[in-house]
Amino acid sequence: MTHRDPNLYDYWPYKERPKIVWPGGKKLAFWVAPNIEFYEFDPPGNPSRKPWAAPSPDIVPYSARDWGNRVGHWRLMEVMDKAGVRGSISLSVAMLDHHPEIIEACVARNWEFFSHGIYNTRYSYGMDEAQERAVLEDSIRSVQAATGQRIRGYLAPALTHTEKTMDLLAEYGFWYTCDLFQDDQPQPVKVKDGRLISMPYSLEVNDVITYGVYNQSPRAYADVLKRHFDQLLEEGEESGTVMCIPLHAYLVSHPNRIGPFQEALEYITGHKDDIWITTAAEIAEFYLANHYDGAVADIARRGNARGGSGFNPVAG
Amino acid sequence: MPLPDDYLVYPKRRLGPDHERYDASPVRDRAPLVLPDGAKVALWVNVLLEFFPLNPSGKPFKAPGAMQTPYPDLRHYTTRDYGNRVGVYRILKVLDRLGIPATFWAQGAVAERYPTLIRDIQAAGHEIGAHGWDTDTIHHTAMDEGAERKAIADTLATLKDVTGTAPQGWLSPARAEGFATPDRLKEGGVEWFADWAHDELPTAFRTTAGDLTAMPLSDMLDDWQILVTYRRPEEEWVAQVADSADWLVDEADRFGGRVLSLTLRPHISGQAYRIRPLADSLEQALARPGVRAMTGGAILDAWRK
Repeated sequence: MTHRDPNLYDYWPYKERPKIVWPGGKKLAFWVAPNIEFYEFDPPGNPSRKPWAAPSPDIVPYSARDWGNRVGHWRLMEVMDKAGVRGSISLSVAMLDHHPEIIEACVARNWEFFSHGIYNTRYSYGMDEAQERAVLEDSIRSVQAATGQRIRGYLAPALTHTEKTMDLLAEYGFWYTCDLFQDDQPQPVKVKDGRLISMPYSLEVNDVITYGVYNQSPRAYADVLKRHFDQLLEEGEESGTVMCIPLHAYLVSHPNRIGPFQEALEYITGHKDDIWITTAAEIAEFYLANHYDGAVADIARRGNARGGSGFNPVAG
Repeated sequence: MPLPDDYLVYPKRRLGPDHERYDASPVRDRAPLVLPDGAKVALWVNVLLEFFPLNPSGKPFKAPGAMQTPYPDLRHYTTRDYGNRVGVYRILKVLDRLGIPATFWAQGAVAERYPTLIRDIQAAGHEIGAHGWDTDTIHHTAMDEGAERKAIADTLATLKDVTGTAPQGWLSPARAEGFATPDRLKEGGVEWFADWAHDELPTAFRTTAGDLTAMPLSDMLDDWQILVTYRRPEEEWVAQVADSADWLVDEADRFGGRVLSLTLRPHISGQAYRIRPLADSLEQALARPGVRAMTGGAILDAWRK
């Protein structure tokens, strides 16, 4: 049975919400999400999605992603260091095994890790609950063993989900999901048990969309980032907003693209008095402690709480 | 029905890449590449000489630029052929004026049909590499082994007939390979190839017949990519080449020589309205301190030292 509505969150219009003020009186919480991914050379098939457009091996796209793991991440780390931004890494967990040198460099920078599945060529489509649990347990255990960090966030591999994903995340003690794009502020996600929030990530200012879908030029992308930031900062005065720049070194780090990106990043981080330069876990922790209950109450006060939880029929 | 259990088994989850061709190697940890005469960045211009049959099989896919309308697609056949008749001569003039030695990737079918074109390129001092037989001879895993070996041998032999020497470099049509293609290239006499885009510097590449050197070729400044796939105007192409040169010159000062690769198709870049932006982009890149045009073979020679 399929559903017309995921029922993962309630409608919550973007006006007169309880005011969020980020730590230090800041108006906008800014985080950067480098996707540190592994795409397999000869992945198994999934009934719902082909991993590569051409028959395996698909040399140019495979090797272009490997370029990220040999060249791209190092260039992006340097640019982020200069701007004073720690990454919140969307991690293909198998990278811990394939490229520990990259993981060590991220640990040394005190970057946050969250799970982006095991490989970006293994999709959640068709997984039963036990299989999806195995992916989450592998993610928690493997990152903990390699870095000492307990992961708190999830971005499903290649944005592939099941109806159980969000309930399982809450059950395993995750704080946030990056898979929902309904808002520029965090929001409670309706799970069976426990608490989970949606963390504003972005498809609009994600370099995959910029370069792969919108075909923007590098300089146009930089301009988009600046305008997106200016608007969210202005709105953050009324109630704190979140801006995330999701990146893929195999795209943004090329010599024709990284210069304009660096310029945009330095423009954003130049607004030090107004923005909280942080990680997704720190935003989630602060939101859960200070704003989660108020959000639930405000949605109820407006008469918008529909009850039920994700993919479960609304009572009545 | 859940997925089969082995969907969650990861037999190649291990240190380094999930294939045997090369090991992990962060680019900044390597010995610096020293380019000749104190050059910092090698501008590697690649020109593709392709033959697009009027009746492609389309197997296992149609190459970018292949026929699109029902047979006979004279529109696409002749626009591609324009490149080999007119566009390429415009590009040759620009390269000559700017003193740029380039790598021309010639398909066997082009050499067979237009040997005078190949000889003109050779006479201008450019490097000639093999680009497979034609755009409808796509190397892939299901390709018959004999057919793949024959395509490699025929391409090298035809180019040798025209130029006097067999090319050492190879670029597969549509940059497609089967799992065994690199092994068969090395067995066929190829010394280096440019199908993979996994790095910014040459890398060793293992085959069952010994080492085949990989010259990674970026498609970021590829004319098809920027002008056709992305549909960007020509001025942006010029800007991106200049930005790339600036960034790489800066890195070269810290990490050693870098390669800036640019791929041109005469039927795209050789259009009358595009030839001036092409010249501008090359001229701007060469105006950066330490940027020097080199062929793929010359870059490899520097890397091997």
